[in-house]
Amino acid sequence: MTRRSGTAVHDDWINPLRDARDKRLPRIAGPSGLVLFGVTGDLARKKLMPAIYDLANRGLLPPGFALVGFARRDWEDEDFAEVVHDAVRSHSRTPFRQEVWDRLAEGLRFVQGTFDDDESFDRLATCVAELDAERGTNGNHAFYLSIPPSAFPTVCKQLSRSGLADDEGDVWRRVVIEKPFGHDLHSAQELNEIVNDVFPEDAVFRIDHYLGKETVQNLLALRFANELFEPIWNAHHVDHVQITMAEDIGVGGRAGYYDGIGAARDVIQNHLLQLLALTAMEEPVSFSPDDLREEKIKVLSAVKLAEPLDETTARGQYTAGWQGSTEVKGLQQEEGFPTDSVTETYAAITCEVNTRRWAGVPFYLRTGKRLGRRVTEIAVVFKRAPHLPFDQTMTEELGQNALVVRVQPDEGVTLRFGSKVPGSGMEVRDVTMDFGYGTAFTEASPEAYERLLLDVLLGEPSLFPTNTEVEMSWRILDPVIEKWHREGSPDRYAAGTWGPPSADVLLERTGRTWRRP
Amino acid sequence: MIVDLPSTDTSAVNRTMVDLRESAGAVALGRVLTLLIITEDGPEAEAAIQAANDASREHPCRVLVLARGVRRAASRLDAQIRIGGDAGASEVIVLRMYGPLADQGGAIVVPLLLPDAPIVAWWPGDAPSSPADDPVGHVAGRRITDVSSAKSPSKALGKLRQRYHPGDTDLAWSRITSWRALLTAALDQPPHEPVTRASVAGAADSASADLLTGWLASRLNCPVSRIAEDVPGGQGGQIAAVRLERAGGSVELRRVDAKSAVLSQPGQPDRRVALSRRTTRECLAEELRRLDPDDIFAEALEAMPSKPTGRTRSSKKVTA
Repeated sequence: MTRRSGTAVHDDWINPLRDARDKRLPRIAGPSGLVLFGVTGDLARKKLMPAIYDLANRGLLPPGFALVGFARRDWEDEDFAEVVHDAVRSHSRTPFRQEVWDRLAEGLRFVQGTFDDDESFDRLATCVAELDAERGTNGNHAFYLSIPPSAFPTVCKQLSRSGLADDEGDVWRRVVIEKPFGHDLHSAQELNEIVNDVFPEDAVFRIDHYLGKETVQNLLALRFANELFEPIWNAHHVDHVQITMAEDIGVGGRAGYYDGIGAARDVIQNHLLQLLALTAMEEPVSFSPDDLREEKIKVLSAVKLAEPLDETTARGQYTAGWQGSTEVKGLQQEEGFPTDSVTETYAAITCEVNTRRWAGVPFYLRTGKRLGRRVTEIAVVFKRAPHLPFDQTMTEELGQNALVVRVQPDEGVTLRFGSKVPGSGMEVRDVTMDFGYGTAFTEASPEAYERLLLDVLLGEPSLFPTNTEVEMSWRILDPVIEKWHREGSPDRYAAGTWGPPSADVLLERTGRTWRRP
Repeated sequence: MIVDLPSTDTSAVNRTMVDLRESAGAVALGRVLTLLIITEDGPEAEAAIQAANDASREHPCRVLVLARGVRRAASRLDAQIRIGGDAGASEVIVLRMYGPLADQGGAIVVPLLLPDAPIVAWWPGDAPSSPADDPVGHVAGRRITDVSSAKSPSKALGKLRQRYHPGDTDLAWSRITSWRALLTAALDQPPHEPVTRASVAGAADSASADLLTGWLASRLNCPVSRIAEDVPGGQGGQIAAVRLERAGGSVELRRVDAKSAVLSQPGQPDRRVALSRRTTRECLAEELRRLDPDDIFAEALEAMPSKPTGRTRSSKKVTA
C-alpha cells in the first residue's frame, strides 16, 4: 500500500467510508499547502497555476488548501492573487467558476524575499505556520522549486535552517524539482546529495512531465492489459524501435539555460530514456510504485550506447531556414547565443538493451529543435514476414509493420500493416489503422502537471523518477556527451527539416530509415 | 453536419451512416460505447442530446436518441443523423417514432448498435418502473435513470429500490459524489475513531439525501438518522448538512449557500469549500466512466431508511 497523505503510517485505521469497489470516489489530497519558488517563470504561469485551479475545480484539492508564492518582487498577497488569477483565466483547461476561485484565493499568500536572505525564509516559515492555524494545512507542505538548479543548494539550506524541511510526527514536507537534474553523472550525484541532505529520498519528487501524460500511462495498459502485443514485443519479431521527440520551436530567449546544455542533456537524459524504459521493461509484478521502479531500474541497468559512437550517433545545430511558412534564424543568430556556439540542437543516439528479450534490437533515440513539426512518438518497427508467397512485384510497396504510440499531439496508437490494393491484380501496400482515443478533445482528462501535482500532495511516487534512475540515465549518456565535447562543432541542418544528413546516414548503415512522423 | 431522413427505416439509416463515413473520411472510429437516450419528443430530448454531446468529449460514443412522438398516429420513423461539429465527439442518431412504433424502441435499436461495444441506456425524464425489464433497458448493460424529474423523487427512488437489478444507477447518486468524497477525506484525518452516530439533513423529498443516508448506514456500523430540513440557497441541491459524531468530536459538512459549504472538524479551523450542485453533464460523464454494476450504490439503496411509498406497485405501465 502506498502512503496516504496525512494518514499516520503506524496505526491500522481503516476508513469505513472507503471501499475498493467504490470507483467513483476521487482521491482528494489531505490537508496541505504548496509553496512555489519561481512564481514569475513561464512554467508557473502557464502550467502550474492553471493546474492548481483545475485540480480545485475538479474537487481534488483539500478544503483549506494554501498556495504560497515566494519571489523577489515587491508584491502584496493581492498582487500575487491577481497574477494567479490572470494565469488561471488564460491557461486553465476547465471552465472558470467564481466560487472555486474564491475558495482558492482565500488561501493565496505571497512572501517577498531573496534566496540568500535568512530573514525572508523566517518570514516564509511564519507564513506557513499561520496557514496551519488559519487554513488548517496541518503542517503538510510541498515546496516546488521552479528555479535554476544553481539556486537549489541555497534554497535547500535555507529550508533546512528555517525549520521548513522538518517533518516531525504526522506531518510531511516534500520537495518538487524540475529538470535538469544535473548535467552529467557527477553533477547529478552532487545535486542528489544536496537535496537528499535536507529531504529524504521518499520526500523528493522529480518532475518529468512526460510521465504524467495519459498516453505514456496508456503504454503500460497497452502492453500489459492485452494479449495482442506482448507475445511479439521482443527480438524475435521487433526489428528496431525509434523514439522521437521533435519540436518545431527554436531556443531563442532560452540561451541562459540552453547554451552549453544541448539537446541530449535537455531531452534524451530524462524524457527519452524514461520512454525507452517503459517500452522495454519487463512486466512489473504489480503497479505499486516500488515494483514499477524496480523494473525501470532493471532495464536501464541493461541499456548501453551501441559502439562505435562515430557510427551510432549524430548531432546537429539548426541554421536559418523556413519553418513551414515562417522564416527563422539559425541558432548562432539567436539572441544570447555566441556566434560560434557549438551547442547541439539535434541529437540522435543508438542504444542496445542487453537482455534476452531485446538482444540485437537497436533503440534509436532522437530529439531536436526546429524540426519539421512538433511530435513525440514511440515507433516499434517489426521485422518483415519471413516468407512472402507473392511475386516480388506484388509486394514492392510493402514496408515493415509498425506500432506507433503517439504521445503528443494527437494522442493515440497507429498500427501499420499491408493490405491488398483494390483491383483485379494482387498488389499489397501499407495501410494504417488509427486509434485516437479522442484525447485531443477530452477536456476531462487531466493535464500532466495536474496529475503530477496531485500525486505530490497524495505522496504517490509512481510517476516520478528516483535518483537511481537519474544517475543511471547519466551513466548511459555520459560517453557520447564527452565525445561530442571533444569534437567541437556539430553538423548543420536547415530549420524546418528533419535533422542533419549524418542522422540519416546513421540509420542507412544498417539498411533502415527514420520514420517521418 | 445534419442529415434528415423523413419517413424512413432502420436499414436506410444504417446505409446513410456508412455513406457518410465513406464520403467524409473516417469519422466514426474509436467509439467506445453506444448510449441510448429514451425520451419524449420535444425540448427534453434536445437538452439530453446536449448533455450527451458534452459527455462524449470524454467518452466518444454513438448516441441513439429514441424520441417518442404521438401514439395516436400511423406508424412512422423520422431519423436525423448528426456528425461532426453538431454532435460533439460523437455521432448522434435521433429517431422520432410515431404511432404503434413508438413503443417498439427495443426492436429499432438492434440494427443500429455498435458491434461489440457496451450499451448504456439513459432516461432523462420518466423512467420505466423496472428499467432492467424494459425492452430497451433489457439490451443495455447499464441503465441510468433520474428520479429528480419525478413528482416525488424520494418515492421514485423507493420504487427503484424494489426493482433494482445490477447495472441500474441513478443520477441522484452521482450528484452526491462530491459530498461523499469530502466526508471520506475528512475521516482519513486523525483522530481515527469510530463514528458513533450520523445524521443527514435535507429536503424531505430529496432522493439524494435518502441515498446519502443509506450509504452512511451501509458503511458505518451505527445509527444514521435522516432529518427533514430546508436547504439554504435553493439551487445548490437538496442536502443541508451531514454530521458524523465521534467520541473526540464530530465532523460536520454544512451547506452555507448555493455554491459552498463549510467543513468543521474537532481542533481545526472551519474550512470553506466550493460545492455546487453537479450538472447533468458532469453526472453523465461520471456514469459513463464505469460500466460495471455499482455495488456500493446497491448497498446504499438497500440500507436506505424505509418510508411508506403508498402503493408498492404502480398499477399502470408508465412507459414502454
